[in-house]
Amino acid sequence: MVIPFSYTAKNLGARKMTTTLTAAGMALVVFVFATVLMLQEGLKKTLVDTGSPDNVVVTRRSAGTEVQSGIDRAQAAVVESQPEIAYGADGKVRVSKEMVVLITLQKRDSDKPSNVIIRGLGDEGRAMRPQVRITHGRMFKPGSSEIVAGRSIAGRFRGAGVGEQLRFGMRDWVVVGTFDANGSGFDSEIWGDVDQLMQAFRRPVFSSLILKLGDPARFDSLKQHLESDPRLTVEAKRESVFYAEQSEVLANFIGYLGLTLSVIFSIGATIGAMITMYASVASRTAEIGTLRALGFRSSGILVVFLVEALLLGLVGGVIGLFFASFMQFLTISTMNWQSFAELAFSFTLNPSIVAKSLAFALCMGLLGGFLPAVRASRLNIVDALRAP
Amino acid sequence: MAGTPIVEIRHLFKSYQRGGQVVPVLHDLSFDIAEGEYLALMGPSGSGKSTLLNLIAGIDKPDSGELRISGEDISRLSESGLADWRAANIGFIFQFYNLMPVLTAFENVELPLLLTGLGRRDRRERVELALEMVSLTDRSAHYPSELSGGQQQRVAIARAIITDPLLIVADEPTGDLDRVSAGDILGMLERLNRELGKTIVMVTHDQRAAERARIVKHLDKGELVDGESLLKTQ
Ligand SMILES: Nc1ncnc2c1ncn2[C@@H]1O[C@H](COP(=O)(O)OP(=O)(O)OP(=O)(O)O)[C@@H](O)[C@H]1O
Ligand SMILES: [Mg+2]
Repeated sequence: MVIPFSYTAKNLGARKMTTTLTAAGMALVVFVFATVLMLQEGLKKTLVDTGSPDNVVVTRRSAGTEVQSGIDRAQAAVVESQPEIAYGADGKVRVSKEMVVLITLQKRDSDKPSNVIIRGLGDEGRAMRPQVRITHGRMFKPGSSEIVAGRSIAGRFRGAGVGEQLRFGMRDWVVVGTFDANGSGFDSEIWGDVDQLMQAFRRPVFSSLILKLGDPARFDSLKQHLESDPRLTVEAKRESVFYAEQSEVLANFIGYLGLTLSVIFSIGATIGAMITMYASVASRTAEIGTLRALGFRSSGILVVFLVEALLLGLVGGVIGLFFASFMQFLTISTMNWQSFAELAFSFTLNPSIVAKSLAFALCMGLLGGFLPAVRASRLNIVDALRAP
Repeated sequence: MAGTPIVEIRHLFKSYQRGGQVVPVLHDLSFDIAEGEYLALMGPSGSGKSTLLNLIAGIDKPDSGELRISGEDISRLSESGLADWRAANIGFIFQFYNLMPVLTAFENVELPLLLTGLGRRDRRERVELALEMVSLTDRSAHYPSELSGGQQQRVAIARAIITDPLLIVADEPTGDLDRVSAGDILGMLERLNRELGKTIVMVTHDQRAAERARIVKHLDKGELVDGESLLKTQ
């Protein structure tokens, strides 16, 4: 009892200009919608990948970020003595005492200043981040004024390339290598020797302690011990959770902004689809009358125009996604408001985003096509046949 | 040849509302159309010919009266019931052909068959046969815009007969054609009636067209004026 799909498709094809313009409007909306989701996903992926579930970040209670945190040596000693921490092959507890500060560097292309994270750490700290690989030059030597720069920093900031020098903490630092942290947040950091950096910045306290759990399941017990110990004013989080929380505000902001934009745009695109579909019904009034006369039911006509509107939405959705997919090749950087540091990340497309974007496009088509389709299905046959 | 009546019209009334005013169109109309009949309806413009044809074809509903076709009172059918009934029983031929511009001649002829349970292969066979009957086999892949008016009307005739309907209705089928093409179309309708025994009701303004029919009825102001063919109600 159905009118062939090819009839619908050919009708869309017959009105190339209107179809193209309407689909282009929808494509634009889907593009915005998809890129926002891709941005959110990329941000989430970057920060979640930064953490490992069996690493624990210990910071001062309610510090929020490592930069704002401080843990003195006495407290550090108490933290290190917890039984849940793993032991290394050398018989020492696997704890990395790190210092994190923000410095201002100039961008290479615009000279604009931007905050960059400097992380001071030792051998253990590097061992806990196996995803970090040196790609150019070499790792810094302990006890020296050498530093290495993350992939996103080296190219974009003045003086951060291999062989160049940076001046901060009243010292000159030689960049001896760049590293790739596999898309994680560390790509936007500079690393150096923790003792040298603490001296240079005259910092008596550590920013954070990273602990390796002997058994990842004992995290709750460790957290309980640390947070209830009267000598300590610290909080413990799984590293993965710690970084995911860092992205929350930004990710939510991007989400709300994107959703608002998408909704506003989609109203326009839906009205566009509605106008197109009304025009389609009007220009085919006699055809509709003929189909009805030949015995097609009004429900069949309804379906024809709904399918046509859905197809219009689908075309828009596919075009929008096609262009959005190119955004994957782009890396953008922005200030993460929680750490106040530059963070580079890329647009990430996944099947769920594809599905959501297409569903969004189909919804626009359906909404736009509904009233015109109802009108088409309710046309009086005799009146419709009289139409030119 | 007066066979059993296929169309029985009794006390049929039809009026239209226009700007709050009731315009009577058909007034107490009663007559029969026998099976195998070829009837031409003539009359001045606005006399209600198309209205009557639309009622018989089941695309419009009378205000009152009976309209039985093959014994079934179609004025009592529901909207969708009527649609199914048309698909099974009526073949339409329009003045302006009314082909789907995005479909080929073949697809246009096939359209009514999509409403039957017929499989793809059967449909193809029947469409090819119908196109052969209207001598358009070589045009089956052409779109309406690539055909002349006469050829388009032949496609429409093929579409009208493809489901082997009880009744073929034609509203001024030659109204938009030149004399030669009109002659072609009339010849085909005549053959459908003579050779295949199809019952045809045709509305026309053209005296030459009406002469080809077996019976001519004249409608004026919603009433049949041709006394000879007026059937007295029982
Ligand atoms: N949908 C409608 N609404 C209002 N009036 C209508 C409608 N359809 C037909 N009429 C009126 O009904 C009368 C008969 O119309 P109809 O189309 O049946 O005439 P006709 O005999 O076919 O004329 P023509 O030879 O010009 O085609 C006319 O006065 C027409 O204006
Ligand atoms: Mg008429």
